[in-house]
Amino acid sequence: MKIDFQHRQFAHCESGVTANLLNHHGFPCSEAMAFGIGGGLFFGYVPFVKLNFLPLTTFRTGPGAIFKKATRRLGIEVRKQTFRNPAEAECELDRVLEAGIPVGAQTGVFWLPFFPPAYRFHFNGHNLVVIGKEGDDYLISDPIFEEIVRCPAVDLRKARFAKGALAPKGKIYYIEKMPNQFDLPQAIKTGIREVCRVMLKTPVPLAGVRGIRLLSRQLRKWPNKLGEKKTILHLGHIIRMQEEIGTGGGGFRFIYAAFLQEAAETLSNDKLSALSDRCTEIGDLWRDFALIASRVCRGRATVQDSFDDLADLLQQCADREETFFLDLQTALAK
Amino acid sequence: MKKKDVPQQGGLNAGCREINYAVDDDGHYTLESSVGWEAKNIALRQAWEEIIDQLHRVLDEVRAGAKSPLAYHMVKNQMNPILLARYSGIARWRVKRHFKPAVFAKLKQSDLQPYADLFKISVEELKQVPEKPDLSIEEIDPSGGSA
Repeated sequence: MKIDFQHRQFAHCESGVTANLLNHHGFPCSEAMAFGIGGGLFFGYVPFVKLNFLPLTTFRTGPGAIFKKATRRLGIEVRKQTFRNPAEAECELDRVLEAGIPVGAQTGVFWLPFFPPAYRFHFNGHNLVVIGKEGDDYLISDPIFEEIVRCPAVDLRKARFAKGALAPKGKIYYIEKMPNQFDLPQAIKTGIREVCRVMLKTPVPLAGVRGIRLLSRQLRKWPNKLGEKKTILHLGHIIRMQEEIGTGGGGFRFIYAAFLQEAAETLSNDKLSALSDRCTEIGDLWRDFALIASRVCRGRATVQDSFDDLADLLQQCADREETFFLDLQTALAK
Repeated sequence: MKKKDVPQQGGLNAGCREINYAVDDDGHYTLESSVGWEAKNIALRQAWEEIIDQLHRVLDEVRAGAKSPLAYHMVKNQMNPILLARYSGIARWRVKRHFKPAVFAKLKQSDLQPYADLFKISVEELKQVPEKPDLSIEEIDPSGGSA
């Protein structure tokens, strides 16, 4: 059994899943649009939460948020379920598939055999769409991959019940009912306003522009505080969070710029296309940061000298993003 | 990022292409396929080197009789005692006790089975450790780190 589903490869798992599901249900949608409406852009540096034993640095909102917000803002009815019992979770998945509905699922990455070995870490915030079952294999549209992939049922079960941080608990989600008409401009505006708010007006110093500044300050101290080896591991971790599969480059800043370009057209707002260009420049700045950081990791640049440069670069990212989001806010303010 | 600047530096992803967002000559965003980027390859390779380093250290401890083979298999699966306890369904204090070689040696088949199932190996394999870490950067990175 296989649902006729148009698989499109995208940069990021959750916004890709959202876009592909919306597309399947008759709402043509790009990944960037899903990401933007869902308010996916973020920055957070949370030193006391560890991922692979290193401080959590994130460039996006938490797992599930993009799908949830994007569908809510478009007035789409969705159903979401989590499970305690893996067998029950599998039955329910089969039942929905049997009804001809493609099912989004949150999984861990470590247990998915179709991932290249180099990417298999204990990261539980991955999303994919199950589109069919043949024998003991599930057919999966994973937006990260070029083609539709197969996954044995036992492995998918393990992945859906991965343990540790962000444990998916067998979570599945699917679209139940599409509205008769969409208010796309309103959804876009709500999405943009939310991102501006979290980036600029967060009450905690770990998130948004303040989070970037915090990271910059801490980074300056790393070489003395942690020693060379640990410092390099910390730095490598940031590069991976920023650039590894799923971000579209520059810590999602390029996807967001693509979204603003689309939004400019939908809202006929020229200011947004100028802001899109600025967002691209910010993304480029993050890329510079990653490149220099990777040279430090490789030992091509000395740790002590480069750390001030790196911290300055982050400071610059923070300043640029602050004015960018302020202008973005005013661009919508009429 | 400009379309012409989309990096094509292959590395650990074994030819798996991913999407990058880039601007074309007319200033429009397009989705471009990329085989990888040096900065990322370095960071990813470094993460694996760290795991392999840990494997060497734990292997030395197992050989010195300070830890049981279970500790080695745990590290190989990138787990810590907390995660291992969650996955195996065995209480954390018991998992930690099982790292003691003397305790581990007395465990019954039925105690070991959950660990073996989890790691997808046999109980016999669980009781042993290899000569040198059975995970190498070459296995993960067929390109040989050319990046």
